[in-house]
Amino acid sequence: MSRQRKAVALISGGLDSMLAAKIVMEQGVHVEGINFFTGFCVEGHTHAIRENDKAKPKRNNALWVAEQLGIKLHIVDVVEEYKKVLINPKHGYGTHMNPCLDCKIFMVNKAKQWIVENDFDFIITGEVIGQRPMSQTKSKMPIVSKQSGADDLLLRPMCAKNLPATRPEIEGWVDREKLCDITGRSRKPQMAMAEKFGIDDYSQPAGGCCFLTDKYYSARLVDLWKAQGSKDYELDDVMLLKVGRHIRPEKHFKLIIAREEGEGRFLEGYKKEFTSMHCLSHTGPLALIDGITSAEDLYLAARIVARYGQGRHAEQVDIKIRDKEGSERTLQVKPLTNEEIPKEWYV
Amino acid sequence: MIKETLNARRLLCPLPVIRTQDKVKQLKAGDQLEVICTDPGVMQDIPTWCRINGHKVLETKVCDHEYSITLEVGA
Repeated sequence: MSRQRKAVALISGGLDSMLAAKIVMEQGVHVEGINFFTGFCVEGHTHAIRENDKAKPKRNNALWVAEQLGIKLHIVDVVEEYKKVLINPKHGYGTHMNPCLDCKIFMVNKAKQWIVENDFDFIITGEVIGQRPMSQTKSKMPIVSKQSGADDLLLRPMCAKNLPATRPEIEGWVDREKLCDITGRSRKPQMAMAEKFGIDDYSQPAGGCCFLTDKYYSARLVDLWKAQGSKDYELDDVMLLKVGRHIRPEKHFKLIIAREEGEGRFLEGYKKEFTSMHCLSHTGPLALIDGITSAEDLYLAARIVARYGQGRHAEQVDIKIRDKEGSERTLQVKPLTNEEIPKEWYV
Repeated sequence: MIKETLNARRLLCPLPVIRTQDKVKQLKAGDQLEVICTDPGVMQDIPTWCRINGHKVLETKVCDHEYSITLEVGA
C-alpha cells in the first residue's frame, strides 16, 4: 500500500487558499497549513489597536481557517528576510508598494524549504489564473514555480486543469480530474464551491491581506524612506505606519497623533523610544515625535498637537513634553487652526 | 513539570502566537506557559492555536488592558 502523501498549504486566511487545501484534503492527502508573517499582514492589527473597532471580530483568519479545516497551522516570522523582497523587488512594485510577484516567489520558496525540512511531498497555493494582475496571471505562474525552486512540486488546485500537470498529478498523488479550472476575477465559482463544502463564513478582504496594496499605507512607507534617506525599516516602523495621524511639517521630523483611545494606549508603549506630547489643560491625544527636533520644532509640534485636543479653540493650552529618558516640561502654546496646517503636511 | 512566563506585551497578533509557538517548541508535554499580552486579539488567537496544535488552555485572565493565557503543552 502506498504511503499517505503530505502537502503544505499556504494559508492566507482567505477563501481561495482554504478551498485549495480542502480540495486536496478530500483526496486523502495529509495537509498542514503555513502562514508567513511579513510585518505587513492586515490580520487584526488595526482592529487590535483601535478602540472604535472593538465590535469587529479580532480573529486571525489563517488560524480560523486552519481550525475549520481541522489542520495544523505553522506561522513563520519572516520579517527580517522579507526586507530584501520589499526593498529591492526583482519584478518591481504593483500599483502601490506591493511587490506581489517577488512576494509570492519568496513565500513559495520558503514553503519549499519547509517541505524539505519536514519531509512533506508538495506545496499547495490558492492561486487562480487572472485573479490578481501582478502575480496571478498565466504567464506569471511558471515564473513563481521556477524562481521559487518549487518547480513541479507546486500545485494550484483551483486552476490546475488550465496549467501543465505537476508532479503530484503525474505521480497520481492527486487526481487531476478532481481539481479545478477556475480563471478570472469572478468570485462565483469559489462561492459555489464554498457552499458545496458547507463553508458559510470566510474572509474576503477587498484589498487582499497586505498593507502594501493600500494607497495610504504605501504613501507613508515612501515618506519614511524619503525622510531617512534610505529604503530600510524595522518592525516598529512598519507597525507605527498603521497607527494614528501622521503629520510631517519638516523633512527631519513628523508627528504621530493618536486618533482615539486605543491608538493612544498603543503609542504609550513607545514613550521610551520617542519624545512624546499630550495636552495637560484639556483632553487631547498622545503624540509621538519621530526625528531629531530643535526647540522651535517642538514648539510647532506642540501647536499641532493642541489642534487635535478639546482645547483647539482656546487662546492657550498647556502641552506636556516628555523626552525618551523621561524628563518632562510644559509648553504654553496657541493651537494651530486647520488652515494653518497645510495639506501637504499630512502623510 | 516547569512553568514559564512569556512577555508578549506590545506585540500585535500574530506575533504573540508566533512567540508562543516558538516558546512551546522548547518545552515538554505537561509543562505550563503563561503568556502575557496587551493585544486583545490573543484571547481568540492563542486558544485557537492551542486547539489546532493539541495544547490545553488552563486559564485566561484580563486585568487593566492586559491579557494572560496559561496553557499546558500537549503531547
